[in-house]
Amino acid sequence: MTTSPATAADAEALLDVCKRIRRHIVEMTHAAQSGHPGGSLSSTEIFAALYFGGVARHDPANPQWDRRDRVILSKGHATPVVYATLAEAGYFSTDLIPSFRSLGTELQGHVVRNKPAGVEMSGGALGMGLSFAVGVALGHQLNGLPDDEGQTFVVVGDGELNEGQNWEAIMSASHFGLHRITAILDRNHFQNDGPGDEIMRIDPVGDKWAAFGWGVQHVDGHDVEAVRDALLAARARCDAPQVVICETVKGRGVSFMAENPAGWHGKGPSDEQLAQALREIEAGLS
Amino acid sequence: MTTTSAPPPAATREAYGPALVKLADAGYDIVALDADLSASTGGNKLAGSYPERWFTVGAAEANMISIAAGLASTGKTVYAASFAVFMPGHCFDQIRVHIAQQRMNVKLIASHGGISVGEDGASAQAIEDLALMTSLPGMNVVVPCDAVEADAMICRAAEDQEPWYIRLGRPKLPIVYTDGPSFQLGKADQLRDGNDITLIACGLMVEPTLRAADTLAAEGIAARVLNMATLKPLDEATIIQAADETGAIVCAEEHNVIGGLGSAVARTLALHRPTPMEQVGINDTFGQSGPWTALLEEYGLTTESVVTAAKRAMARK
Repeated sequence: MTTSPATAADAEALLDVCKRIRRHIVEMTHAAQSGHPGGSLSSTEIFAALYFGGVARHDPANPQWDRRDRVILSKGHATPVVYATLAEAGYFSTDLIPSFRSLGTELQGHVVRNKPAGVEMSGGALGMGLSFAVGVALGHQLNGLPDDEGQTFVVVGDGELNEGQNWEAIMSASHFGLHRITAILDRNHFQNDGPGDEIMRIDPVGDKWAAFGWGVQHVDGHDVEAVRDALLAARARCDAPQVVICETVKGRGVSFMAENPAGWHGKGPSDEQLAQALREIEAGLS
Repeated sequence: MTTTSAPPPAATREAYGPALVKLADAGYDIVALDADLSASTGGNKLAGSYPERWFTVGAAEANMISIAAGLASTGKTVYAASFAVFMPGHCFDQIRVHIAQQRMNVKLIASHGGISVGEDGASAQAIEDLALMTSLPGMNVVVPCDAVEADAMICRAAEDQEPWYIRLGRPKLPIVYTDGPSFQLGKADQLRDGNDITLIACGLMVEPTLRAADTLAAEGIAARVLNMATLKPLDEATIIQAADETGAIVCAEEHNVIGGLGSAVARTLALHRPTPMEQVGINDTFGQSGPWTALLEEYGLTTESVVTAAKRAMARK
């Protein structure tokens, strides 16, 4: 495990992996003609930082390594970003990606634990990931893991915070004094039915989290180095659970998705849209 | 099963706390969770000997279930306890996705099942929990008839890595298994022989059903009695054999007649051996406040109801 500062080459590599992840996201949702591209594109830098920025300790050759960090997708519909990242990290062949959502595939529409290896938790019913992480952290504490091992990173959606179970979990993480939990909020401001501020306002979300006893950081969720640095800082804290609030754009990287995020929560692009999306991703437009 | 001095009555829930301590003493890597009802479930007894192995999450059952799944993912055998109205009532989705779909090593201890909760009334009386739990693929669902069987189930559950739902009760009941338990997951226990009719019961209806068999015997009717302590996986072979050998069936349970033991047996019979069958249970209505014994009378969960149902079923042969 390295926590050394990023070099210029590292930064370039991170930007490159973000592009590859985004390509997989639009390609697999195009192939399936369904899935959730918008909330996957908004989480891209988060996953790139976790798996390629030296944040999460993990081993693609030994997915069940008992001292690994756990990366948990609580917003369980954002499978495209998870599968894209795990394939790029070497957990399985990128050849599998086009099978996304097809009959018999391991790449299920919503996350299923251990399908493929590397997926830590079944989800899709929103609001459960933080509670699961509390259980993991308690287990690691009972198992006597050293403080700097067995961190749990939970990627949470902002619409998902409507679910009350999140707040039960947030309350219990600080009550139990758990420091191995880092929540990562993909604050993309849109949920299934439209803008979060209209559907159910969650601000001031950072103040709420702080009031529950968590350490809070705010970052630009599309600045992959900033995300990485914030996650590394959170991982190093041993006094309280941490949340990194990532300000993001739903559909980031593909103009027609970012301009109409409510329209791209849960559908795949057409052939023409795919071609445009791939051009824009390659050009690094947002 | 005859002893000179009967053991004192005990609630099935009373088996839970001591069983936890016994399992921890024996070296099982267990962790137990409660949701602010630990004195009633008895889960807090583990904290006396193993304080680091017991957690209460407050009145937050959904959180408790997902925490249980997370703990299980780190190798623990997890027991999670609450009342049957709240678990699964408050947390069916968490049980469905995090326990059943993930096939987690979590044992759900649902105390205060059925209307025998008594005075607390309808909101506190779980009459639908077995329907919910048996509908989940891979969930083992068991209902003990006495504290001896409850202890055997709670300990047996620690032997595998599977999810279990163990439904316990509030009132003190007579001990059926005075000579020790004979619980086997997925196997009915034949408590009485007989070839005129089969009475199938679970939970607190087992003892009244044995008395119903006595009443029927006095009238010359030899009733077979099965304790169907496992609702899932259901012992279909024994049910089919009973249908073949006795030709009439009565099911008795402390649950809605829809979705519990009677429904499961009826499905088996309809698919394999269409056979006259009658049900004793809560007739698709919610309960109310009252002493638990009065509630059993009010809703027809009695020896007399089983006898009457048996005669109805036999008349249909």
